[in-house]
Amino acid sequence: MKVHLRNPSRTLDVPGPVSIVALLQRLELNRETVLVIRSGTLVPGDAVLEDADEVEIRPVISGGAT
Amino acid sequence: MKCRVCREPAVIDIRRHNANFCSEHFLRLCRDQVARAIKDFEMFEPGARLLVAVSGGKDSLAVWDILRELGYDADGLYIGLGIGEYSDESGRTTRAFAEQRGWPLQIIDLREAYDYDVPTAAKVTKRVPCSACGLSKRHLFDQAAVEGGYDAVVTGHNLDDEAAVLFGNTLRWQTDYLARQLPVLPARSGFPRKVKPLVRLGEREMVAYCVLRGIDYIVEECPMAAGNKHLGYKEALNAIEAQSPGSKQAFYFGFLDRAQAHFAAAAPTAERSDAVELTTCSSCGGPSSGEICAFCFLVRRTAGAQPVALTVKGSS
Repeated sequence: MKVHLRNPSRTLDVPGPVSIVALLQRLELNRETVLVIRSGTLVPGDAVLEDADEVEIRPVISGGAT
Repeated sequence: MKCRVCREPAVIDIRRHNANFCSEHFLRLCRDQVARAIKDFEMFEPGARLLVAVSGGKDSLAVWDILRELGYDADGLYIGLGIGEYSDESGRTTRAFAEQRGWPLQIIDLREAYDYDVPTAAKVTKRVPCSACGLSKRHLFDQAAVEGGYDAVVTGHNLDDEAAVLFGNTLRWQTDYLARQLPVLPARSGFPRKVKPLVRLGEREMVAYCVLRGIDYIVEECPMAAGNKHLGYKEALNAIEAQSPGSKQAFYFGFLDRAQAHFAAAAPTAERSDAVELTTCSSCGGPSSGEICAFCFLVRRTAGAQPVALTVKGSS
């Protein structure tokens, strides 16, 4: 599957099937800091992604010092 | 995963609530949490005129949307900071958001109105960009709210923001800051009331809210904020949260419930925000602790300065 990441923008090919939890563990991402989006909507944490899927892993952390 | 409310398929899990929600009930949860924060902290009354500080990011667009959904009279104010393509894109995003909904949006561009931008101010003052950025935004939002007769300035600070600020203030025992870290700052001598209705919602929830509401926001981080302390504090807190869900909420609301009042009571009079003697800025007429306010001093210092090209931390 295609996995799009941000900051910096890049795309990875990851073999499916894989659960969201396993995907984030593989990418060493904290579940508290990202959301997974497929076709414009959220993918729940227990979903399994297939080879044909294309998802975005969107970071949720932002902010300056003020 | 089933929605805690209706048992239909859920789209998001919120581990600190130990609950999952479908789209409809998650959006309702967000509105309910904002309504509860407004009520619990007595932020403003129904019918209040609100000025929302909008940046084009998820939090400010979401809080504007939620307040309108709750029926409040909320206008937006966007400040063009001159941070290269990041500011261009955030301006486009904010204008499109307001235009699509027909909501009033005031725009102030620092370069057009005051002949400086944040990168130039950072170079001239030899301070971090976030310093000039924060000073400019605070002054202009305050001024617009007072002159426009608004009852409060609304900012999009969320639970993660407040917990990170608290973490930083606690690490260094900055008791003067701890004494005034509240979700509401009352109006005083030329300053408007300031409120943070998102303090009961985390950053992950705000992104989810925008996705589910179809709100197009600027996802990219401000290039000048990269690597700042605030982001480091958030990373540390999220590492704790992953191991112990609910830690951020317990930390922040525990502080408000059990500690903040002690710091406020113990703060030396000179450090209390309501005790500083203010005069009127001879340049802009706003409140000031000196002959001219810090914002007008910044405008004077940057006058005639050659605009600098954007530099990004970590770049070569």
